[in-house]
Amino acid sequence: MEKFQTLHTTGRPLPLENIDTDQIIPARFLKATTREGFGENLFCDWRYNADGSPKADFVLNDARYTGSILVAGKNFGCGSSREHAAWALYDAGFRTVISSYFADIFRGNALNTGLLPLQVSDEVLARLLAAIEENPQLELVVDLPSQTLAVPAWGETFSFAIDGYKKECLINGYDDIDFLVNQKSAIEAFEKQRAWTW
Amino acid sequence: MPSTLFDKIWDAHVVRSIEGLDVVYIDRHLIHEVTSPQAFDEIAARNLPLFRPSQILATADHNVPTLHQDQPIQEPLSRLQVEKLTENCEKYGIELYGLGHPRQGIVHIIGPELGLTQPGLTMVCGDSHTSTHGAFGAVAFGIGTSQVAQVMASQCLLLSRPKRMRISVEGELRPGVTAKDLILYVISQLGTGGATGHFVEYAGSAVRSLSMEGRMTICNMSIEMGARGGLIAPDATTFAYVEGRPFAPKSAAWNDAVAYWQTLYSDADATFETEYTYQAADITPMITYGTNPGMGIPLTGHVPSEVPASEAESFDKSLKYMGFERGESLLGKQIDYVFIGSCTNARIEDLRAVAAYVQGKQKADHVAAFIVPGSKQVEQQAIAEGIDKIFAAAGFELREPGCSACLAMNEDKIPAGKYCVATSNRNFEGRQGPGSRTLLASPLVAAITAVQGRIVDITQYLN
Repeated sequence: MEKFQTLHTTGRPLPLENIDTDQIIPARFLKATTREGFGENLFCDWRYNADGSPKADFVLNDARYTGSILVAGKNFGCGSSREHAAWALYDAGFRTVISSYFADIFRGNALNTGLLPLQVSDEVLARLLAAIEENPQLELVVDLPSQTLAVPAWGETFSFAIDGYKKECLINGYDDIDFLVNQKSAIEAFEKQRAWTW
Repeated sequence: MPSTLFDKIWDAHVVRSIEGLDVVYIDRHLIHEVTSPQAFDEIAARNLPLFRPSQILATADHNVPTLHQDQPIQEPLSRLQVEKLTENCEKYGIELYGLGHPRQGIVHIIGPELGLTQPGLTMVCGDSHTSTHGAFGAVAFGIGTSQVAQVMASQCLLLSRPKRMRISVEGELRPGVTAKDLILYVISQLGTGGATGHFVEYAGSAVRSLSMEGRMTICNMSIEMGARGGLIAPDATTFAYVEGRPFAPKSAAWNDAVAYWQTLYSDADATFETEYTYQAADITPMITYGTNPGMGIPLTGHVPSEVPASEAESFDKSLKYMGFERGESLLGKQIDYVFIGSCTNARIEDLRAVAAYVQGKQKADHVAAFIVPGSKQVEQQAIAEGIDKIFAAAGFELREPGCSACLAMNEDKIPAGKYCVATSNRNFEGRQGPGSRTLLASPLVAAITAVQGRIVDITQYLN
């Protein structure tokens, strides 16, 4: 996993609520056996017509928006547990998704992929979506060590929450496997004392 | 200190805690062909052994064809995924119930029917409907592929403890109202993100009176309101279902197990962060009209006319996709397809309910009706009971087991623009194929819709 520290970029607005992982990456693309290459089919059915031509009105096809932050409506990533959704966003160049809340499994998958799920209030989300649509060049600055999202044009900085352990993992590019494998003796001791053996 | 059912099981599985996170021991790990290959690659790249391969069970279900399973899979990418699963299971010594095996089937159908799913266990799978196993009083939940690799490497996950929610449904369900209607009703009340961050315990007399199959349908759809998982306290119904199944404890171990399982309930004064209570009498047969499972209404109801301004854009996009209008009734709408299957409703009880209704009747000419059993065992049971002949006579096609048109990874797709009444769990845009329009309902509603060819008030058509 790549390290994540700070991000100076612009946002791409997708102001729909309850965006499910079937939209992020439809099931028919889950037949790959590696993690790479999902980006070209990110939001496939919203992004392309049936003949493969791009839909002009979809945000990823709008040349005005170029940043690596997706700003999306609340309850982002609901539905299927497919980690391919986080891989597709990452593969397409996104490093952060801002929403006013995330589905639990997607949040965990994003953190395990190096993609930061950044939760703001409904009010801040609405302001961001409106401001980005008005000015696609609106600068956004994510600083993970200080857990802040800054909007320099507004002169405002917002704090966001992230679990302390997962923050360290993201900053250093660590994942949970090494940590868990190092718990081997504690896990074996646990197995010996557990009450159920059937 | 009083404790919830969830906390009793969770606490019994905490190896150690660190910075507010728990290292949680996983008893059973189910894997399938679609979310495991990258996890096996991760393990191989790090040159790690599998920590407890005997606690992993594999099956092929998500992308397999539901016709001609005795022949090689035609679709090259699906075949490759199934072959990879087979190779990996051989390499690491994992039990695999692949295509053609008498125990093959949808991962959440075979766990319970084999007796692998038991009260008090922790169970995971790279599939969000793993919550199904919670019906037995297990803590079961879906995980991503990185976590699949973590469990393979350590039999543990590093997790934050979710909040607890209790949803009680009291009283007796009306005629024609099933477990599916109950859970579609609850999701319509809470919305598709209403239980995010929570683990849900289902309680109340209406839940207690359900069969294990009905309880599995309810726990299965916990994720559709955003819950980490759902569970129901085990009782005599649970024990009777588990006893005698291939992986159930035997003889003395059985008695020990039941004695332990009888301690698994929420203490009277245990606290839940969130509680809801509903009355069974308020629930009528349900159907969804939109593109998430929270968009459900009574069959005789109307699509909402008003929604909060912040939701209007998503709501109208959804109705446009479905071809419906604000405020309209769905009664009389013509249906093109009926799909009876999935980990939500493809158990033998579901097939029996459909057969009991369609016996001696015919599906409408314009409807394509197909039934995909949840497992090889369900299929064989249906044949043994003669249900297959009832389906054939009524014009319903009985396929071979798999996830099929629930997520349309295989050839079983609903064409663009067509309406499908489905017993599965998701009505997202394109879920059953690009442009497909899905209406979620119970097996009974699906059966009656197939015969009538349109959406009707099923209470007028009950046998």
